[in-house]
Order: sequence, then C-alpha cells, then structure tokens
Amino acid sequence: MGPNLLVNYGEAVAAILFCIGFTNLLLQTNLIKKIIGLNIMDSAIYLFLAEKGYIAGRAAPIVTNGVTSVEAYINPIPSGLVLTGIVVSVSVSALMLSLTIRLYLRYHTLNLDEIAAQLKKEGR
Amino acid sequence: MDFVCNFPFFSILLSLFSGTICSILPGRAAKVVNRIVIAAVGVMSGILLVYLLGTGESFVYWMGHFPAPWGNEIRAGVLEAGMALFFCIIMYLSMAGGAHKLFDEVEESKHNLYYILINLLLSSLLALVYTNDMFTAYVFVEINTISACGLIMIRQVGRTIEAAVRYMIMSLLGSGLLLFGLCIMYDLTGHLLMSNIKESVSVLIQTGEYQIPLIVSVALMCVGLCIKSALFPFHAWLPDAYGYSTVSSAAILSSLVSKGYIFLLIKIIYRVIGFDIFNNTRIIDVLFVFGLMGMIFGSLSAIKENDIRRMIAFSSVAQIGYIYMGFGMGTQAGMVASIFHILSHAATKSLLFIAAIGLTEVSGGSRKFIDLTGAGYRNKWAGVAFTAGSLSMVGVPLFSGFISKLLFAQAAVQVEGKMLAALIVLGISTVLNAIYFMKTVIRIYAVTGDTSYPCITFKDMKVHAVVLVLFVIVNILLGVSSQPVVNMIEQGLAMFA
Repeated sequence: MGPNLLVNYGEAVAAILFCIGFTNLLLQTNLIKKIIGLNIMDSAIYLFLAEKGYIAGRAAPIVTNGVTSVEAYINPIPSGLVLTGIVVSVSVSALMLSLTIRLYLRYHTLNLDEIAAQLKKEGR
Repeated sequence: MDFVCNFPFFSILLSLFSGTICSILPGRAAKVVNRIVIAAVGVMSGILLVYLLGTGESFVYWMGHFPAPWGNEIRAGVLEAGMALFFCIIMYLSMAGGAHKLFDEVEESKHNLYYILINLLLSSLLALVYTNDMFTAYVFVEINTISACGLIMIRQVGRTIEAAVRYMIMSLLGSGLLLFGLCIMYDLTGHLLMSNIKESVSVLIQTGEYQIPLIVSVALMCVGLCIKSALFPFHAWLPDAYGYSTVSSAAILSSLVSKGYIFLLIKIIYRVIGFDIFNNTRIIDVLFVFGLMGMIFGSLSAIKENDIRRMIAFSSVAQIGYIYMGFGMGTQAGMVASIFHILSHAATKSLLFIAAIGLTEVSGGSRKFIDLTGAGYRNKWAGVAFTAGSLSMVGVPLFSGFISKLLFAQAAVQVEGKMLAALIVLGISTVLNAIYFMKTVIRIYAVTGDTSYPCITFKDMKVHAVVLVLFVIVNILLGVSSQPVVNMIEQGLAMFA
C-alpha cells in the first residue's frame, strides 16, 4: 500500500480534500461556509478525475501541429466529465447562494441553527 | 428498428423542451402545455410498454451515431416503460388534485415557473429511468435535485426556504458521494456505459484485482443514493420539505422524486455491478439494518407528530425503509417486493397528501389534529379517500399496501438468517402504522359540536373529488390485480440482466 500511495499522491490529496469539503458541508452551521465546503468537495472530485486522466509526458487533447496520433495526447474523457461537472456545480452553487440571500433577508443571520430557532419561535 | 423505439427519446426531449416553452407562456397556457405533455408522455410510455410486452426483449437506442463504448445510449425494457407510465399517471393526478390550491399557495405571476419545474422534473425522472450511461444519470440526478428544490421553495414562506436549503445540503452530499463513486468506477473499468462497466466488473471479480476500490465505489454510490432518497438516518430534511411545500409538490416529491433515485439504484445494482456480485458484498446487510430501523423510527416519529401533513411525511420515511429492507434481503423475491412497494407507496402517499388538503380546507386551513375533528363529515370525499389511503398503508386486503406487505413477508421467509428480524419488524411496523393512521381516521370521523367550519359538497370540488376517486381506483387495481403487475416486474428484472 505504501509505495502505491506515494505514486498516487494526487488521488490521495483529492480524497482528503473531498473529506474536508464533505465535513464542512455537513457540519458547518454558517451557510456560506457550507457552500465553500460544497465547492471544495466538488473540486476535489475534478482533481481526482484530472489526475486519473493524465498520462505523463503527453499533451492536452487538442490537435496541435497536425499530430493526430493517439499516443501524443492524454485521455480526453475525464476532461470532458470535469467540464460537465463544473457546469453542474456552478448552477448548484448559484442556487444555494440565492437561497442563502433569501434566508438572510428574512432572518438577518447566516446561521442555520439560529434560523431554525427563529422558525420555532414563529410557531407554524 | 420500429418507430416505437423512438418514444423514450421523444418523451425526454418533449418534457425538456416544453419546460423552456413554458417560460414565455402565461400561467394558464403553461398549465395546459404541462398537462398535455404529461398525458402525451404517459400515452407514449403505454404504447411502448405494450410493444415491449409483445416483443419480449429490451432494446438499446443510440443517442447520436456512435456505437457502444463511445456513444451515449438509452435503454428500454418492460420495467422502464412501466415505471415511466406509472410516474406519468401519478404526476398527472397529483397536478390535477392540487391545482385548485395552487392559487392560494403560489403568486399568480409565478405559475408558469411552477410548470417549468414540473416539466424539468418529469424529463429528469424519465432520463433516470431510461438512461444507460452513468454520467448522464449523474447529470439528471442534479437536474432532478434542482427542480425538486424549486418545487419546495416556490411557496415563499420561511419554513419552505429553510426546508429547501436543508434539502439541497443533504442532496448535494448525496450527489457528491455518487459522483465520487462513479469516478472511481470509471477509473477501474474505463467505461461509462452500464453494460460495458458490468462486463469489466465481472472480469475484475474473476481476476480478484482492485477488490477494495470496487467495494468502496459501490458503497459510495449506494450511500449517495440512500441519502438522496431519505433512508432513515438521512431523513431530517424530509418532514419540513413535504409538510410545507404546495400540495402537488408534496405529493410528487414523496411519491416520485425519491423513487427516481431508488430506481437508479436498482439499475446500478442490476446493470452496473451485477445482482450476484452486489449480494456477495456486505453492503446489503447495512441496507437491511437501516431499512428496518427506518421502518420503526419513521413510524415512531409519525405517532408523535401533531400535524397531519408532517405525519404523512414521516410515514414516508418508514415506507422507504420497507423498500431498502427488500434490497437488503438479497433475493429476487425481495427485489420484486421492493419494486411493487415503490408502485404501491407512490399511489398511496400521493392519495394521502391530496386527501389531506381536502380535510384541512374544511378546518380553516389548520393542519393540527384538534382542528381536524369531524373533518371527514364536512368533506365526505376527502374523508373517504383518506380512509382508503390509510387502510392501504396499514395493509388491509383489497388495497395495494396489503400485497406489498404480503410480498415482503413471502420474500423474508425464503431468506435464512434475516427472516426473523424482517418478520418481527414488519409486524411491529404494521402495528405502528395502524396506530397513527387509525388515530387520524377516528379523529376525522369523531362527532364534534363545533359547527363554525363550512361543509363542502361535490359541487364545490368536482376535479378534486374525481382525482381522489381515480387515486383510490389505482390503489385498488394494484391491490386486486397484483399478479399481472408482479409478472411484469419479474419480466422487467429478467430483461435487466
């Protein structure tokens, strides 16, 4: 396991970052910090994908100087997945931020626990 | 290839584009477009189902002109077409049943937005049902989440926005895990199409390579989808989201959205990992235990609840527990029981939500049990429908709930080691179900001296009453003619392999 971990240190970093983001999204009470956690989590996955798709010594999968040999470029599919994933996570972050603004305007706090407490006080 | 084979693709695109069209239409026109689209997709799925039952085998549809390992694919079998048809029926009835209430709940200028969300939700559900590509499934899971979140928060009160935030947070945790699991799976197998992944996975199992990453990947995907479908410890967002959103949203969210994720999980189990390989992992034991816990704790929370909508929402937690218990048994019979319960729960839970709104309307809009006393007399149709739904949930013969409990019990008997636990918890859960549902039924039929609330007759609620009757008919049909449905499910599962 030891030597593998050293070779794949990029994947290990991605997994650790994923855990950091995940815990932040789950446990932070501040909504903005939660959203930051979300973005760390998603970026960690993209790092993982990019790391997996990279082949040492090869170029980005854009044809340059007329070289069309498969051997010259890295695997383009993970890059495509990352792009799609970024689009998804941008829209989700935007939605979360807009919800946060709504809640802030209503309750003047970003703390989810305080909001829950105020809701209880309101009754209903 | 026959023309009918285009129908899955047509239904996804039709619902997706009608969503965009609704954005420029006024509310009333958007409503008409929405109804026509749901009905059209339902008819197409029905024709497809008949066609597939005739040919007896599933087909794969290329999206674009690239063959298997490169292109994106749609795949349709009996189970997929049947699910799509059923989703359309439930969605149409839920929309029709909650339509009269929409004017109180949502500002009129936002009505077309509501229909956009419904159309998007339908298209993402259809895509989850039909797709044969893991990454497409992930993208549509996110679209499903976003539109479901919109459906929760379109009624702008503090509670719904908070519920939407909580829903989003839990869903995003779930989809993060799903995506990570999916990426690991892609790295292990080099494929994104379900059938190709399955071939590579069986090779990996035979050679014994990469066992731990494989299990980790499967576990991550399972946990992700469990969180999104509100399995027991992850259900905190559910009561507020179902309890305070508009009534159509609540009915659709509880009966369709969570079921879409569960159906995706079934597809992953059968078409990506392989049923036998999945059953040899310890994951099914975990699903089994959490399913059982959900069945008990969901019901206990429902008993303590003092608000009818929240009570029905907590009951969903228990019912999702049943479904996962069926997965946990690890047999074909357990899986068939789970899929039948998906249908039965969807038909019953939406009926209960739509009936409950009829009861609260004649109680001054209050959802507290104390105000609902005698509501069954003031709104006779909703009272009868609520009683029918409750009987189905408890598992009285004639209704669909009885059949799913029977199937679960039959499946449990065949499994050594899990039989006793499953049967005992099934018994306890049935008693608990009976406690809170019968308590409510007795409450709405209690005689009260209070005559300050108005009575509603058929004339005031024509559409609502017809929808309730149709829901009850769907329920009884599932309960009375269960054998053809069970045969269809078995045929569909055989096509999955």
